[in-house]
Amino acid sequence: MKAAAFDYIRPETLGAAITLLTRHGPDAKLIAGGQSLLPALNLRLSAPGLLIDIGRLAALRGITLADRTLHIGAGCTHAQVMTHPLIQRHAPLIARALADVAHPAIRARGTFGGSLANADPAAELPACALALDAVMHAQGPAGPRRIPAAEFFTALFETALAPDEVLTGVDIPIQGDTQWGFAELARRTGDYAMVGLAAVARPGTIRLGWFSVGQTAILAHRAAATLTEGGPLEAACTALADDLPAHDDPQASAAMRLHLARVLLRRVVGAWGGR
Amino acid sequence: MKFSDPTRPDAQIGLARARPQARALAQGRGTFTSDITLPRMVHAAFLRSPYAHATITAIDLAPARTMPGVVAVLDGAAMADLCTPWVGVLTHLKGLKSAPQYPLAVGRVRWQGEPVAMVLATTRAQAEDAAEHIMVSYDPLPPVVDAAAALAPGAPLIHPELGDNLAFERHIDTGNTDAAFAAADHIIEADFTFARHTGVPLEPRAVLADWNEGAQRLTIHQGTQVPHMMQTIYARHLGLDESQIRVISPDVGGSFGIKIHVYPDEMAVVAASRLLRRPVRFVADRLESFVSDIHARDHTVHARLAIMNDGTITGFDIDDLTGIGPYSAYPRTSAVEANQVINLIGGPYRFAHYRARARVAFQTKAMMSQYRAVGHPIATSVTEGLIDRAASHLGIDPVTIRRRNLIPDDAYPCTSPSGMRFEALSHHACLDRLLTLMDYDALRAEQASLRQRGIMRGIGIASFIEITNPGAAFYGVGGARISAQDGATLRLDAAGRLIVQASVTEQGQGTTTILAQIAAEAMGVAFDHVRVMLGDTDVTPYGGGTWASRAAGIGGEATWQAARALCAQILTLAASILQETSGNLDISGGAVIDRASRAERITLAELARIAYFRPDTLPKGIQAELIATRHYVPREYPFAFTNGIQAAWLELDTETGFITLLKHWVVEDCGTVINPMLVDEQIRGGVVQGIGAALFEQCDYDAEGQMLNASMADYLVPMAGEMPDITIAHITTPTAESTIGAKGAGEAGTAAASAAIANAVNDALSPLAISLATIPLTPARILAALQTGTGRAGGRP
Ligand SMILES: Cc1cc2nc3c(=O)[nH]c(=O)nc-3n(C[C@H](O)[C@H](O)[C@H](O)COP(=O)(O)OP(=O)(O)OC[C@H]3O[C@@H](n4cnc5c(N)ncnc54)[C@H](O)[C@@H]3O)c2cc1C
Repeated sequence: MKAAAFDYIRPETLGAAITLLTRHGPDAKLIAGGQSLLPALNLRLSAPGLLIDIGRLAALRGITLADRTLHIGAGCTHAQVMTHPLIQRHAPLIARALADVAHPAIRARGTFGGSLANADPAAELPACALALDAVMHAQGPAGPRRIPAAEFFTALFETALAPDEVLTGVDIPIQGDTQWGFAELARRTGDYAMVGLAAVARPGTIRLGWFSVGQTAILAHRAAATLTEGGPLEAACTALADDLPAHDDPQASAAMRLHLARVLLRRVVGAWGGR
Repeated sequence: MKFSDPTRPDAQIGLARARPQARALAQGRGTFTSDITLPRMVHAAFLRSPYAHATITAIDLAPARTMPGVVAVLDGAAMADLCTPWVGVLTHLKGLKSAPQYPLAVGRVRWQGEPVAMVLATTRAQAEDAAEHIMVSYDPLPPVVDAAAALAPGAPLIHPELGDNLAFERHIDTGNTDAAFAAADHIIEADFTFARHTGVPLEPRAVLADWNEGAQRLTIHQGTQVPHMMQTIYARHLGLDESQIRVISPDVGGSFGIKIHVYPDEMAVVAASRLLRRPVRFVADRLESFVSDIHARDHTVHARLAIMNDGTITGFDIDDLTGIGPYSAYPRTSAVEANQVINLIGGPYRFAHYRARARVAFQTKAMMSQYRAVGHPIATSVTEGLIDRAASHLGIDPVTIRRRNLIPDDAYPCTSPSGMRFEALSHHACLDRLLTLMDYDALRAEQASLRQRGIMRGIGIASFIEITNPGAAFYGVGGARISAQDGATLRLDAAGRLIVQASVTEQGQGTTTILAQIAAEAMGVAFDHVRVMLGDTDVTPYGGGTWASRAAGIGGEATWQAARALCAQILTLAASILQETSGNLDISGGAVIDRASRAERITLAELARIAYFRPDTLPKGIQAELIATRHYVPREYPFAFTNGIQAAWLELDTETGFITLLKHWVVEDCGTVINPMLVDEQIRGGVVQGIGAALFEQCDYDAEGQMLNASMADYLVPMAGEMPDITIAHITTPTAESTIGAKGAGEAGTAAASAAIANAVNDALSPLAISLATIPLTPARILAALQTGTGRAGGRP
């Protein structure tokens, strides 16, 4: 299928992009890497009148480290993030997760911010953002604001971003003694997973970010609390039944998905040792 | 064997030549139908039925007609005067019935995706925009999704005039089967299920029809395997003379049997070109391909094997049921696969008693018909699945039981219980070669030691036979105008180079290359000096095209014969120029040589110069004829059977149900290997498709007859990341019917790969006494079997 006709504009500044977004309202859509949006347009699941291309905005670029906070510009491509030395050193979970995001051609265009703003429940990065306790930077006509990851993913393909806001970047707090783990089960390399886990253990807290388990990426609070309190891994596995929604889809029944989630939890946390 | 000596002069057959056209394709300079743009061309888009089964109560085309760029909007009624309907039956498939099928649905829709209306507009995007404005009212009818339900008493009738939903039924019975089963020491029984899948060629179906009102001729560029067959079809259903139709198949991006059938949307496009008197192009997009390309497989087989304590097989008892959608495909029908399943079951083995029933049911799903290795994977999976179950039941090694029952290599010619005639096969030689290639004993030892550590690996073996080089027995005898013979014309041009025009076709498999190799060797010229032209009914000799693994064995032999004929003509001419007897001359290295001394006498370039530009210098009465045509079809055997064996080595994660493929081996015997690289790539590609069937591919339908996974995101084609290394070896038993001795190889990989994988999975599961008989072997199916411990468990696939 072909996309329905649309207008296209590439503003030079972030401010201009926000002005356009405000002026055109719901008829406009931002386009970054286009790797999720264009398939949706071609399937005619979405037919915006105007695409505002933010793909080349310098304000959305750059990966920096300051004050024990890693900042990733929303416009960085998956490939840039995955291979960046700061990411590999301070947020290896993200580099690892990105290796399972699609294929090289898609990673060369798809953006970090695009994936988070798209809020696909099967995507890896939202779960990583939850597990890493990231903070989203948004900017709209009223100026910038910050949104904790835990409040960002509100519903299926929906976020806390207002319709006239742009996600500009993400902050990730960095701590020295962080343990992490990542595992997903996908039928083929690069496919969206049937179920996946991004796990982070920092002194005093363990966060278990799950994807492909329901309407959004979610944190498994009860299982994490069990582990944080030093409880046995099997107890955390049991607790997952309450944490994860019963989610059926053609790939896996809810029972199978819960079973697989427990397998992943055992493998990821088991690899940390000591439980 | 004449082609086994690599030092013979002008050797080409047996060389691993790369495809010369690959360079142009890699540079984006191929010409596919979708690359061709003609002046005043319009684009077609189709409105397709959203229902599996419904009555059309009203169609309002008017709103679409006013949309920008729209040239015409047509429905089934508008097509009635342009194109006659067709019925997909053949007389030799006795009792096969089907209903008339129209380019656009008339009155009723019978599958989700059936074309209902067509928009012709200046761009494809405009045509799609307009199609959204066609208003169709439907009155839903009960869908008939499951083949068994379709045959149950009281099932809704898909074609009331046919009386029931049974399209075809065939029985084979050698007699005494019940007695053989009564006398058997053991009876092995299983119910096998094979999902529907589809071909997914890289280039979707594409057709560009151009009716020239002035010339009263229709030129059709089409991604097809069978240009001459399509010429006949268009003539018959558009009321034209065959001579008014030219079908050109330019570069074709894969086909696998998908592009060998008559599709209603393509017929509508051709008819519309005639109506509008302008070129019309239709390129199916991925989404509509999934619900309009033919699907394949979709079988359930209840199978029983009678076997003695010593492992000797005495009989097979088979009941196959398949669902084909609402029509039998035209003109090859949709009964061939089931027919082939029961012809081929047990094929590699010696046994006496055979009873089989095949039933073919109509249903309201997309149409099902011939796709790569028609029937073979079903027959091989059932046979090899039963053999492995028997081996494990008797406690003997899978190799031992095969060794005991495979037809001995010195037993040929012979005939199978289902009546298949085998000229010469090499099952035991292939098995021996396989065991060495894979180091079977070491692999078994490795498997055992890994099992101790809880790592579950499996080895699966599958012997197979493959039908290739079909003569008229497939279609011609059933009344279809589908040529079983093929032709080649060879011409020496004025520069002394060779031009080959042949009726077999190329869809990326390398036909062009092997014909050039054959022509070069037969003529004694350089490979680079041969140019091959295929796929144009105005240009090539008449022939069947490419299907059932026949291009090399039939088209290649025609090319060889034509080359030899041209050699004789050239030597006659050379003899007269050189004042020599032609018997003392030969051709080698692009020149006429002295046969005894092999010294050059005159180059072909010089000969051509004289023939074309200085015929005045030739002796009186000598007219140079530097062109020759020959046709070929095997006559001794209806099919040239080939054989082979495959093995899979894989690891099963019993916690997740995921399978990792570690290695795959194929030993096969396609007779003379013309180009080892291309043969091996054919086999690898075929294995990958078989792996797709075994692990990934299925057209997932719900109870309403809606295909749930009709996109590349949800329909899992096998991809490189999951593929194992595939090691291939050959045993060479040429057919004595032809000079070259080549048999087909295009379907060998697909024929047995899924059987080998399924056997390997069951081998891995054997310590748990679980076996599965449903493919694809999804994690859900494996986990369900592990949980219930039966292998028959439900759970969502
Ligand atoms: C074949 C294929 C396989 C894939 N597999 C995976 C996979 O396994 N895992 C995975 O996670 N993803 C996968 N993807 C999706 C890919 O990661 C996308 O790149 C990503 O989801 C979206 O990023 P983008 O820059 O392409 O966004 P776009 O497609 O340009 O935009 C997506 C949405 O986000 C909005 N948006 C984009 N940027 C911003 C912003 N800065 N602020 C506010 N809104 C914004 C857009 O308006 C749009 O609604 C796959 C894609 C393809 C085509």
